[in-house]
Amino acid sequence: MSNNILVVAEVRDGAVKNVTFEMLGKAAALAAKTGGVAEAALLGAGVADQADLLAQYGADKIYLADDPALETFSSEGYTNVLANIVGQAEPAAVFLAASAAGKDIAPRLAARLGVGLESDCTDFALDDDGRLLITRPIYAGKVIATVKLKSTPQMATVRPNVLGAPEPDASRTAAVEKLAVDVGNVRAQVVDTLMAEGGEVPLTEATIIVSGGRGVKGPEGFAPVRALAKALGASVGSSRAAVDAGWIDHSHQVGQTGKTVTPNLYVACGISGAIQHLAGMKTSKVIVAINKDPDAPIFNFADYGIVGDLFDVVPLVEKEVEALLAE
Amino acid sequence: MNTIICMKQVPDTETRFQVSSGKIVEEGIQYVVNPYDEYAIEECLLKKEAAGEGQVTVICMGPDRAREAILQALALGCDEAIHLNDPAFEGADAFTTAQVLAAAINKVGEYDFIFTGKQGVDNDNAQVGILLAEMLDLPHVSVITKLDIAGGKATAQREVEGGKQVVETSLPAVFSAQKGLNEPRYPSFRGIRQAKRKPYTTWTANDLGIDPAVLESKSELVSVALPPERGGGRIIEGEPAEAAKELVRLLREEAKVI
Repeated sequence: MSNNILVVAEVRDGAVKNVTFEMLGKAAALAAKTGGVAEAALLGAGVADQADLLAQYGADKIYLADDPALETFSSEGYTNVLANIVGQAEPAAVFLAASAAGKDIAPRLAARLGVGLESDCTDFALDDDGRLLITRPIYAGKVIATVKLKSTPQMATVRPNVLGAPEPDASRTAAVEKLAVDVGNVRAQVVDTLMAEGGEVPLTEATIIVSGGRGVKGPEGFAPVRALAKALGASVGSSRAAVDAGWIDHSHQVGQTGKTVTPNLYVACGISGAIQHLAGMKTSKVIVAINKDPDAPIFNFADYGIVGDLFDVVPLVEKEVEALLAE
Repeated sequence: MNTIICMKQVPDTETRFQVSSGKIVEEGIQYVVNPYDEYAIEECLLKKEAAGEGQVTVICMGPDRAREAILQALALGCDEAIHLNDPAFEGADAFTTAQVLAAAINKVGEYDFIFTGKQGVDNDNAQVGILLAEMLDLPHVSVITKLDIAGGKATAQREVEGGKQVVETSLPAVFSAQKGLNEPRYPSFRGIRQAKRKPYTTWTANDLGIDPAVLESKSELVSVALPPERGGGRIIEGEPAEAAKELVRLLREEAKVI
């Protein structure tokens, strides 16, 4: 068993996602303290050209599983291939993104390897024995837990947008080992993909989010919210109230029974700020609240607040944003 | 159409937690059926009703207080309950929980599919359903928002970044439920009355043939803490047009986020 940390690259639409670089940065820093290095596993079809990027962000070696059989995601197939890679790499730890794919593969792989897995982790350190000290939120972030794993490899899924990516080093190169791919027996197959219109950055990865709540009063009420989001290049979120009322699809819901987001800027329009909504967005760097109720709890957490009717205020903010960005 | 739902009881989402000596203070916490498990229960009931026959078995690992949640599942329409209750199960991590549930499921016997909620809103691991699938050597589809069963196969929609994937799988399989899968029903008065008369079995580690000494979590909790308090900032005064202008200025010059 090595002191290396294996990072499983998060690949979507043929491109390696930023969370991969965040994981590589952290993995390289941690591994260095125990005399190891960061390595990467790159799975997909036609992804070989992404290996250089992984080297530039800190991988010393890339295990490449590039095969048409991996074109479409399957939990079993990806687990089978990764189990093989882990068997060869014998890392001290394995990191995957806490993405839809990562959260789907990691538990399967953990059970296959007979090891423990920590989910949605936000920070890592080392204890005196060189084992990972892992920080992760529980109770929707109302409590922060520090945990350790007794088994090896130590497995973790990593929340995107928290660790921050290192600066890439264009001069870095890495060994690439191309492996024969055997996806094994796959019983659950993706047969189609239904993409939502809009092509927004997924909420969990968005750097700016504009959200609407009960105050938008109806599906049409999201129009100013969407317009401001468009001006900011932001993704659109929602409180539970608006989703339950049928004004917007659940995939936009931010909160304890929705998504947890970590943007630089979160603009809450007509959202009162219930504890469950807060749980999903309170680690945003900057929170702006626009609400006509001066007693709305959200004003206790917002960095900037405007007390006013969102139908008056939001279009005006959009205008100001457009003017600013046009400069 | 025999199905198994693995359910857990969790603190109410309204709970404001306190931490004392590095541990969470348990007094005063209200417990409920895990919100995501409600969608799982509802889907099992819907599929049984559509098939016109079958049994829905609810399995719950938890201490004595879990009985209340189990009775609720029975009141909603589950046919029988298995309560996995043993001090040896206390503090079990996701891996150990899945091991115990797998042993119970093997003892229950035949099923067409197994359901869990996508995650427990206490530990937010989102692992048990998928661990179970691997341990039972079954396929799984997680975080599903739609499920159709026909001719011994299932077609599910699962949520991914930017949309949904349509997944086909053979049965038996394990599914984990996402919000939006269905509209959970409320129990009827009749259901609540009948719940107490439905089969309710309690199993310990011994009943499952598990040596308690062998049950050791792979994850160890070192400490817990409350996150840093986020204080309020400032209200921007003035007419909407002025306030909007000032807000954008602050976001650019002070907060530097746009």
